[in-house]
Amino acid sequence: MKQLEIFTSLFQIMFFVTALLVTAGVIFMRYKYIRRNIELGKEWKAAHNPSERLKLMILIAFGQKKMFARPFVGLMHLVIYAGFLLINIEVLEIVIDGITGQHRIFAPLLGSTVYQILIGFFELLAFGVLATCVIFLIRRNVVKVERFDKPEMKGWAHLDANLILVFEIILMFFLFTMNATDSILQMRAMDLANGIDVINNVDAAHYGVFENNPVRFLVSQTLIPLYDGLTTTQLVLLERGAWWFHIMGILGFAIYVTYSKHLHIFLAFPNVYFTRLKPTGEMNNMDSITKEVQITMGTLESDANAADDEIPSFGAKDVTDLTWRNILDAYTCTQCGRCTDVCPANMTGKKLSPRKIVMNVRQRADEIGERMDEMGEYYKPDDKMLYGDYVTKEELMACTSCNACVDACPVNINPLEPILEMRRYVAMEEADVPDAWKAMLTNVGNNGAPWAFAPTERFKWADELKNGNQ
Amino acid sequence: MSEETLKIPTMAELSAEGKSPEILFWVGCAGSYDDRYKAVTRAMIRILNKANINFAVLGTEESCTGDPARRAGDEFTFQMQAAMNIEVLNNYNIKNIVTACPHCFNTLKNEYPELGGNYDVIHHSQYLQKLINEGKVKFGGGEFKGKRITYHDSCYLGRANDIYEAPREVLEKLDAELVEMKRCKSKGLCCGAGGAQMFKDAEKGKKEVNIERAEEAVAARPDYVAVGCPFCMTMMGDGIKHFNKEKEIKVLDLSEFIVGAQDL
Ligand code: SF4
Ligand code: SF4
Repeated sequence: MKQLEIFTSLFQIMFFVTALLVTAGVIFMRYKYIRRNIELGKEWKAAHNPSERLKLMILIAFGQKKMFARPFVGLMHLVIYAGFLLINIEVLEIVIDGITGQHRIFAPLLGSTVYQILIGFFELLAFGVLATCVIFLIRRNVVKVERFDKPEMKGWAHLDANLILVFEIILMFFLFTMNATDSILQMRAMDLANGIDVINNVDAAHYGVFENNPVRFLVSQTLIPLYDGLTTTQLVLLERGAWWFHIMGILGFAIYVTYSKHLHIFLAFPNVYFTRLKPTGEMNNMDSITKEVQITMGTLESDANAADDEIPSFGAKDVTDLTWRNILDAYTCTQCGRCTDVCPANMTGKKLSPRKIVMNVRQRADEIGERMDEMGEYYKPDDKMLYGDYVTKEELMACTSCNACVDACPVNINPLEPILEMRRYVAMEEADVPDAWKAMLTNVGNNGAPWAFAPTERFKWADELKNGNQ
Repeated sequence: MSEETLKIPTMAELSAEGKSPEILFWVGCAGSYDDRYKAVTRAMIRILNKANINFAVLGTEESCTGDPARRAGDEFTFQMQAAMNIEVLNNYNIKNIVTACPHCFNTLKNEYPELGGNYDVIHHSQYLQKLINEGKVKFGGGEFKGKRITYHDSCYLGRANDIYEAPREVLEKLDAELVEMKRCKSKGLCCGAGGAQMFKDAEKGKKEVNIERAEEAVAARPDYVAVGCPFCMTMMGDGIKHFNKEKEIKVLDLSEFIVGAQDL
């Protein structure tokens, strides 16, 4: 009997360690894949102001500041977030258990009272997470909050959001089951030690960590009646089963996250750190054009040798023309739709949705990345493009550059930048802006005003004012 | 003040006399050509005269900052405009610029430095606030006393440059009741004209942006909608008209309130 137990526990440990290593390996591969995709973007330097950036990161990513623009959802998200951060301490104990076979190793270290309070607190959080996930599911599927119901949220985006919520609910349920059955086992171990009930041949050495102490946990004790009638063997099976499901679920979740919009739980931090710090109204300067203008104005000698240089292309046609920060933005996006919700173009029924643009950037980066991995050294680009195959001109042209989307994003994503870069492509590479804009651009170029007025008339208002006929 | 005594010095005149002004008043295209917005230029000139400010305008030497070209994606046209304007401004050795247009303001302040144009640029809302605080401009409530005024935040002042308080402070001096629209300050709704939208028809949708915004303005039941931007003025004016409210609700620029209250 004893030998069999040692064997199973050894087998468990081996299996667990293997699972842990496989998970780590897969996540590392995914990390490399995503990092490479982000690096498909062009150079962008963020070396300045590290202290300001750190402050932003603490406030916005860690402190969730912008989430509270909508207090109710902000609070619910905080519960899930705090739950995620803190329950991980318990997960650490589970991992140690998995590797060493040591049941609840923190209990003797912390003392049973402290340990019980701690687990009780985690359970409270876990319950909060569970309740919040249920509310979120209802919001998404029954109440149908408008921003979750836009065209870009069909299919995978919808499934992804629901999957993760259901997944979390199941995980929390296993956590409670694990603790509840554990409580019963400990009580039986205690009984055994006190000689009350000897038929329950519970492994007191393993489960008896709370000998002579109450062993109920705050939330999971409500499940005790559910499992109390089971035999000790059944309980052990259930306890171990829940333990395994919980930890395997967490490992699976960690991998799943890298494919999901839930990547934000990691990327929110670097993404906020790399926020664009310029005033939001300031568009990025195109240095290649500055040079050209200087040559036209005669303030810069044209460099004859530069003639064979590759002609730079203007604006963004594909994700590779965006900066790596734009692509990091896209992998960070939670698809919460706060940007689209405040977009004047979107709310008045135009096709433009800033969230969709950000999602498109990620889809396209993934498409290129996957192709690269499939073709390896034989990689050659496909004939698709971000602009044209994902984003249409109609969407781009509707943007008022109002920056509402930039302001609204809880993780400092800038959906406006790719929009404006693609507009540059439309205007300068394709010369395909709407006719009214063509006229405006001609006017600006020829008359120094967007309207067709003669420059000589520019000062007429002064005469009108002086002559008092106005 | 009779119209004849109004001074509108140009940079060319001043520099011919070897003088330089304290500030350059950047009029902008709308301020120069748009019939409605010319009234704002006039109001500014009256205020500057009344406050005895040593200012100048560029007159025919001014040209579009290039903002609409840049937002429409035409960087080349933008940079050509910028280069020409910067040459003029730098030749006159200009230091301080005041403008009533948030788009000119944003471009001159944030986008010209990288192209060699470094100026201290302030929007007229900030400038008016300053003049009031310094006691150079004085006015009571006048016809606006006790009236309801709602201020529409321009994207290029607010979100783009974090200017929310200056315009409100100016309006507070009117002894009027300031009422906020549902969406205001950093959450303010665009009038629909930024990003060069002013110069083309909107894409297909179910509504115009300015109608959505005007609806909100009307819901605040104001006597006046205050604006600080030529585009906002046009868009809000049209929107209010759409609801047949132009008799009850007037759209005025900040400077026009001051002129009105002071009866300049
Ligand atoms: S900047 Fe453009 S995309 Fe963003 S909210 Fe404004 S109109 Fe929409
Ligand atoms: S860009 Fe930001 S606000 Fe928009 S959906 Fe993504 S996370 Fe939400």
